[in-house]
Amino acid sequence: MIKITNVTKRFGSNISLDNIRCEFKKNESIALMGANGAGKTTLVRSIMGYYHPNDGEILINGLNPIKNRLDVLKHISFVPQLPPPIKLNIKELIEYVSVSAKIDKDFIKYYADEMKLDINSNLNKSFFKLSGGMKQKLLIAISLAKKSSIMIYDEPTANLDPKARDDFYRLLKENEDNKVLLFVTHRLEEVKELINRQIYMDLGKIVTDERL
Amino acid sequence: MKNLFLIAYLDLKESLRAKWFVVYSLVFGGLIALFFIAGVTESQVMGFSGLSRLLLMYIQITIVILPIFILITTVRSISGDRDDHILEYMLSFPISLKQYYWGKIIGRFITVFLPVFFAMLIAIIFGAFKGAMIPWSIFFLYSGLLFAMTSAFLGIAFFISSFVKSSEVALGLSFFIWIFLLAFIDIALISLMMQERMSSGLIIFISLINPMEIFRVAAISLFDPELTVMGPVAFYILDSVSQTIFVLASITYPVLLGFVFAFFGYKIFEKKDLV
Ligand SMILES: Nc1ncnc2c1ncn2[C@@H]1O[C@H](COP(=O)(O)OP(=O)(O)O)[C@@H](O)[C@H]1O
Ligand SMILES: [Mg+2]
Repeated sequence: MIKITNVTKRFGSNISLDNIRCEFKKNESIALMGANGAGKTTLVRSIMGYYHPNDGEILINGLNPIKNRLDVLKHISFVPQLPPPIKLNIKELIEYVSVSAKIDKDFIKYYADEMKLDINSNLNKSFFKLSGGMKQKLLIAISLAKKSSIMIYDEPTANLDPKARDDFYRLLKENEDNKVLLFVTHRLEEVKELINRQIYMDLGKIVTDERL
Repeated sequence: MKNLFLIAYLDLKESLRAKWFVVYSLVFGGLIALFFIAGVTESQVMGFSGLSRLLLMYIQITIVILPIFILITTVRSISGDRDDHILEYMLSFPISLKQYYWGKIIGRFITVFLPVFFAMLIAIIFGAFKGAMIPWSIFFLYSGLLFAMTSAFLGIAFFISSFVKSSEVALGLSFFIWIFLLAFIDIALISLMMQERMSSGLIIFISLINPMEIFRVAAISLFDPELTVMGPVAFYILDSVSQTIFVLASITYPVLLGFVFAFFGYKIFEKKDLV
């Protein structure tokens, strides 16, 4: 589903992705690991079509994520490294995602409940005023409600308590069939149950890539 | 289209809650209130009277402060969302960049245009209550000018927002553009004129490339050309082109200018890395 061919991304003289080549197929759940600054986020953002690679090509279901933004993003759920300080309130944010990505609001409520997040009593609260953990939970609920065939999580568990993490992993486990799950993480032991492939990056390169 | 309006609607709602919007509305509403309290409509000075005088004072102050208000509140709309990683999340949904960018512009346009326009409308309604004659032609002209002014500076602000890296630079650039258009161009042109190197017609043409100068002249274009307060530039212009043509140009040119800037802003937004 995701094909990355010799992709290089530079910021000034700094090479963040150095001739990356790999492919993610259906039913693969990948833990993407590596030290800070290894290039994990850059790789994720390139897959999302945010960065223009200096070299190489990324195809999602055969489509270029920059040129075919809409057709590609339809199939991707994404939770970023840090929940951004979005000023919309919860109701408006849910409106935004459900209209733009045709997500069923009931699914968002359902997954929020599963994540022990009470949406209804916070509907008029600005997103950025929620606690760090609540923000993560909402973004996770949205990502699950979107029912995408590609799910990308960039270190999403930083603000979650152990209980919430377990809920999250359980929900992912229930939802990972026939999908690509790309999970950036530092804690392999936590996601062991979920994943079947482990990639280690350093200095913009893939150092190891093993199937488990 | 649905997404375009969604973005515009949400940006509008977000702005209406923002503190800057409250300040912004209070300034323009307060200005009108102040004029009534000060009894501007009752005074008789140099042939301007009643509501026309009030509207003229309002537009003259607005010409100075509206651009800087628009620039400093809008210049960070795209770049700020990029810095804060808001774009990274919001653009992970299937919304085209075109819809996102132009939706933001439409939302912001409504937010900045409506308060200045409503303040003027309230002045008209209140003035009518007090039995003043309503100068409709001036009201329509100024509505057009406010629309044009908003377009021009919103376009410039979005253009800056599309490429600027830090918010300090964005603010600095805003102030520079404002001061430059407000004063420096005039000073430079006056010194040129005094050295008599160029014909005054050419210099006046150059000065009218500056949208703020156009607004200044257009604001008084409906008044009696014999009035000395107009100054030589306005007199010269209104003497050489017909009033209708000048008024039309004073509205279409800034709108077009804003659109061109916004369009280049979009091109940059589309071509660059998004986050
Ligand atoms: N937008 C950017 N501008 C400049 N340098 C960047 C940018 N994004 C990432 N980098 C650099 O690229 C390298 C990889 O960063 P990143 O992909 O965020 O690492 P990771 O997510 O693995 O911690 C780092 O050296 C970082 O400084
Ligand atoms: Mg990272």
